[in-house]
Amino acid sequence: MSELFETRMVYGDALLELGQRRHDLVVLDADLYKSTRSIVYGESFPDRFFDLGIAEQDLVSTAAGLAAGGLIPYCNSFAIFLTGRCYDQIRTQVAYPALPVKLIGSSAGLTQGPDGATHQSLEDISLMRGLPNMTVIVPADDVETRQATLASADIKGPVYLRLGRYPTPRLFGPDYQFKIGQPTRLRDGSDIVIFATGHVTAKALAAAELLNNQNIQARVVNVATIKPLNREAVLGQLDGMRYVFTVEEHNIIGGLGSTISEIIAESAQVPLRRLGVRDTFGESGTADELLEKHGLQAEGIRTSIVETLT
Amino acid sequence: MSEKAISQTDLARLECRAAEMRLHIVKMMGSNKAHHFGGSLSATDLVCALYFYKMKYNPQKPDWPERDRFIMSKGHSVPAQYAALAMLKVFPLEELATLKQLGSRLQGHPVMHCTPGVEGCTGSLGQGLSFANGMALAARLQNYNYQVFCLIGDGELHEGQVWEAAMTTPKHCLTNVTAIIDQNGLKAMDESSCGKLLEPLSQRWASFGWQVREIDGHNLAQICVALDWATASPDSPCAIIAHTVKGKGVSFIENKPGFHNAPITPEQSRQAIAELEANLQTKREALQ
Repeated sequence: MSELFETRMVYGDALLELGQRRHDLVVLDADLYKSTRSIVYGESFPDRFFDLGIAEQDLVSTAAGLAAGGLIPYCNSFAIFLTGRCYDQIRTQVAYPALPVKLIGSSAGLTQGPDGATHQSLEDISLMRGLPNMTVIVPADDVETRQATLASADIKGPVYLRLGRYPTPRLFGPDYQFKIGQPTRLRDGSDIVIFATGHVTAKALAAAELLNNQNIQARVVNVATIKPLNREAVLGQLDGMRYVFTVEEHNIIGGLGSTISEIIAESAQVPLRRLGVRDTFGESGTADELLEKHGLQAEGIRTSIVETLT
Repeated sequence: MSEKAISQTDLARLECRAAEMRLHIVKMMGSNKAHHFGGSLSATDLVCALYFYKMKYNPQKPDWPERDRFIMSKGHSVPAQYAALAMLKVFPLEELATLKQLGSRLQGHPVMHCTPGVEGCTGSLGQGLSFANGMALAARLQNYNYQVFCLIGDGELHEGQVWEAAMTTPKHCLTNVTAIIDQNGLKAMDESSCGKLLEPLSQRWASFGWQVREIDGHNLAQICVALDWATASPDSPCAIIAHTVKGKGVSFIENKPGFHNAPITPEQSRQAIAELEANLQTKREALQ
């Protein structure tokens, strides 16, 4: 088993790095700064760090005011509170005027497992990608998390950065360069292509290894930017493929599966199946148990793919 | 502390401006189309005092970094703001006639980066004070001295976010924020309270750490004194509760919930304009 890294820790360090570089950065949290790791920034830059208390709507609207005043605010909370509870504030005050507010959704997907459905975010990608002007980024490992965090400050408009919680294998080497909108091929194969996003990209890679034993050669492509996504780069992964699969820790409605489906439906004729949470809410359990229940561990992904192909 | 009252001449001039604003508001809304007559006319004197008396503002440079900011949290009343900005020549007066038309810069609710002089996007109620707090924080962090004024409807106080923001302002000592409550007593359907207890409003704001003053929201002398008081207060943010009349200035609209967002007939439009022109004439005569 390869070494595991917790992406939120890397996020906290990257935020601190940004703070050292840029004096126009302000960081806001809603009483979760230890969990979101924005505390790392707060301890170094107390004058540019604000805890708004348990008031996420106030958090987002205040950030919008800060951005209108010329600053770059980073808003931190659990992904579902930030995107779900504050959807209207994000829509009206952030996305509509395209203000450079950075929304960092922590503990996304099933990673807040034991807390149950109220704390899990399986709809956040869908909510954010439906907003004009919004960039949506879902990093797969610690290397990509660091780079995406640093890159987010240079994006002119609003950004939703979706971070998981549990430790995850490192997928990228030191030479990796994150580029907005560009998918990355992690493994080549000639039979099927799996597009994956976030922490479960590692699971998709492991599934591809299992499929290899059954003589199914799977190409695995990491899609870190859900929006904007370079459609030619997606279509370029389809050459001669029998089937397209998408894997995500999100409802299959509205997330990566929908994004890839939309591109393919308009331009290609390759059958597609979406793997993810099939339009249901979560429940309490460990993240691993929940991934298994929803068929998102390597073995579950393998099984779904084999069933589809046979 | 003694408070300097506005001079009689300045007051008469300001009253003229308010009368002219009301005329522009009713004219731009025209007839047979639903518009927010009530809330725009209740807020007119408050908006007038902000732009023509209080705010540090350069109409030639609406993006001047040192300018004071105004956030119309009750976004449906934006025609009052459009009238003031047009009278300041931030955009041409003729443009008022394009209100809510396809392709117009004058959207139905305030949109920043679209209408010159509009500072934020509001309309979904309850969000403006948080936004104002953010702007006030930005001023502090960048060593600017500007003030941020936020106009909130009393019906809007039903939105919980207002109270989240009301806790944030004193917590971060944002004394450059002034909240103004347009207490016209009516919301879209009926009385602002609708069985929910808004009173005692002053005590409620005070209990969150604000200094509070209640005024007649149509008495421009009182409005000016209150705005001076609010911006001179060094210790805490100030809230001004302005008692107003929804639809103020047009006899058949005043205090009628039915005119929150409704059309008027061409005949009613003519009557309203006649009333407002007569009022403007009286104010102009008082000025001479």
